[in-house]
Amino acid sequence: MTKVTAIAAADELGETSARRMVDGLEELGGQGRTVTRVDLAESVYRCVGLSRKESAALVQMVLNELSDALAEGETVKLSSFGSFVVRSKSERIGRNPKTGIEVPITQRRVLVFKPSSVLKARVNGEAAEDED
Amino acid sequence: MIKSELVQRIADRNPHLYLRDVEKIVNAILDEITNALSRGDRVELRGFGAFSVKHRDARVGRNPRTGAHVSVDEKVVPFFKTGKEMRERLNNGVDG
Repeated sequence: MTKVTAIAAADELGETSARRMVDGLEELGGQGRTVTRVDLAESVYRCVGLSRKESAALVQMVLNELSDALAEGETVKLSSFGSFVVRSKSERIGRNPKTGIEVPITQRRVLVFKPSSVLKARVNGEAAEDED
Repeated sequence: MIKSELVQRIADRNPHLYLRDVEKIVNAILDEITNALSRGDRVELRGFGAFSVKHRDARVGRNPRTGAHVSVDEKVVPFFKTGKEMRERLNNGVDG
């Protein structure tokens, strides 16, 4: 048993099961469901045995660390998942597709996600390759 | 930043957690996203961004070196769209 399993004792239930019912109804409409922070927190909750509240806080903490690093222009590489790269774009002339009027697109930084070969294989239902 | 550095940063903020538990937590999050995408589901993380998959039809490609025709099977590719808040942070508060 890990140190954190002991903390897990009390929990506020209900929220997630209600959500799954709503999602179940959406699935009947043919559309895939949308996974959110709640679902990520649920899998953290199941894997380590923290309270639901702390699991949710940790999900947010991970996202904050990622955002902070990226906002600093840092590249984030997550092995077997993918990497996030911040690219600087110089100013260019764009065009409003509806009116055809030329408008300058200011210089900016954009975030690009490059999926790893493991992730690409997984979404295609193939076994993950050992390289990432 | 690589995954082990991310794990270390989270662990530094949570002295009550073991490093290996933080590692499990980070992996659980990434696995959940991966599993969702492999089901064809969308993962929406407000403020950060959304992961989804896009369908690519089969096509005839060319080997750029030899010019030989090669058929490329249809496939699904993971896609990430940056969230509004993240976009603003990258551009000092201005939405790009």
